[in-house]
Amino acid sequence: MSLLAVKISEKEVRYIAELANLRLGDEELGKYAGDLEEILTYVEKLNELDTANVEPMAQVIYPGGETATLRDDVVGLSFSQDLALEPAPKAGAGHFKVPRVIER
Amino acid sequence: MNDYAKLTVSAIQAGLRGKRFSARELADEALKFAQDENEKYGAFLHFSPKRARGAAERVDAAIAAGKPLGPLAGVPVAVKDVIMTDGLKTTCGSRMLENYVASYDATAVVRMEEAGGVIIGKTNCDEFAMGSSNENSAFGPVRNPAAPDRVPGGSSGGSAAAVAGGLTPLALGSDTGGSIRQPASFCGVVGVMPTYGRVSRYGLVAFASSLDHIGPFSRTVKDSAVLLRVIAGRDPADSTSAGVPVSDYAAGLDGKVEGLRIGVPKEYFGGGLDAEVGARIQGGLERFRKLGCRIEEISLPHTEYAIAAYYLICTAEASANLARYDGVRYTHRSENSKTLSDMYENTRGEGFGAEVKRRIILGTYVLSAGYYDAYYRKAQKVRALIASDFAKAFEKVDAIVTPVSPFPAFKLGEKTADPLEMYLSDIYTITASLAGIAGISVPCGKTSEGLPVGMQILTSHFEESKMLRIADAFEKDGGFEG
Repeated sequence: MSLLAVKISEKEVRYIAELANLRLGDEELGKYAGDLEEILTYVEKLNELDTANVEPMAQVIYPGGETATLRDDVVGLSFSQDLALEPAPKAGAGHFKVPRVIER
Repeated sequence: MNDYAKLTVSAIQAGLRGKRFSARELADEALKFAQDENEKYGAFLHFSPKRARGAAERVDAAIAAGKPLGPLAGVPVAVKDVIMTDGLKTTCGSRMLENYVASYDATAVVRMEEAGGVIIGKTNCDEFAMGSSNENSAFGPVRNPAAPDRVPGGSSGGSAAAVAGGLTPLALGSDTGGSIRQPASFCGVVGVMPTYGRVSRYGLVAFASSLDHIGPFSRTVKDSAVLLRVIAGRDPADSTSAGVPVSDYAAGLDGKVEGLRIGVPKEYFGGGLDAEVGARIQGGLERFRKLGCRIEEISLPHTEYAIAAYYLICTAEASANLARYDGVRYTHRSENSKTLSDMYENTRGEGFGAEVKRRIILGTYVLSAGYYDAYYRKAQKVRALIASDFAKAFEKVDAIVTPVSPFPAFKLGEKTADPLEMYLSDIYTITASLAGIAGISVPCGKTSEGLPVGMQILTSHFEESKMLRIADAFEKDGGFEG
């Protein structure tokens, strides 16, 4: 955990963008690399804190039991296929239509 | 009747019962005025005349039939465009959802309309609720009615401007790191972030699921209390909504604040706080002393780590929540993509603005293999420390009073160059979001340039009654004027 400035290359930003399915232009790559460096350098300050014995705060209000928010397995309010397809950019035969899935 | 929006909820109900005006007349007046004024502030993205008139006519029919009126009967309301409204566009201020028409109502919207509320339109906001100035909307900025060359704050800038500009008496916004409280403070109105889980998030387009809240804007504390009671309460559709009973918040505004202990955290009054803002808050504290409260200095020692923790947690959660915007089902879709993965990448590259992309990139990085423990998990541990700071403080004091923002409303374009600088300005509001506690921003005077200053009152989880009572006592004593 170094307190020196974090360095992010454009190659790393390109990799992250791929993970996020985000197409970025060349100037965007440079800009976001710079932003990421600045922000990640700033958040290094969290390493000043010894949190070895702290539980991560995964739940905000209270930890419930495993079944605390489950409901009965009964079909309730749901969308019809027509309603679900209404906002579709492209639809047909009761399905969403997309470009070729398998790339050769 | 251009002053309709300066009427409180009670005044509107009295006017309706006394037949001085009908709900339909009020709705028509609100629609006309808000549309005529919209070029001035850019508060609204779309209007809903059919829905508004339908709701108003139902209220008028109930009056004619002598039926009891709901607590919001006839009151024009504006709804932030990240909240789903069935049959109306819900764009989240983004090109990604530019033409998206919602297929269902958020629970808060259903409850508002059942109480007689009249929704006249959807308000402008920072894209996907990411921002502190409403300059990140794909559809243009919002201007602050108190100073139109300045920002209204964000991300709920449109909702704050609708109330501050006299367009509607009430508005709904969302608050993740300050997005209700900070615009309320910049525009000079009341804004409430309820306890996490107090109001159902069903139908709130998700930004950061452990930090998002829906909450009210109004001109008086009592009106926010009325609206909060309507929308709060357990919702089976939101498993994080709390089963804690909802009090009659408005009935509890009895002015009894004498003897309450108010904590003032020393970490919130250091360097970086504008002198005039600090002076207005000190004036507010003086007023609380006069009202018989005990003012005590407290410490929230992990405050300086809050921004770092927040921007790791919220961006990580956002990167996951925004993965659904992929061009397949309901979004913009990029043309001419040969393969599915091209379509995903092009659609998201085209549909998202710069700030959203920045946060998705940061969030994806933070959650990626090899970095998850160092960043996200570490941030969640620091979050626990911040929450614990508040828990310890609330053992000694009833409420905590702080500034809302280190500075008042800045000029449009003034802070867009450096994202980190914008993030750092969230310091006073994000701590409460991280801890999940309740907070309200109330006006407490103006700077020498006439810019509104807001004061934040924080209470522990599900203590909205106490928080609103304190804010209301402040208001009744003339505190809003400073």
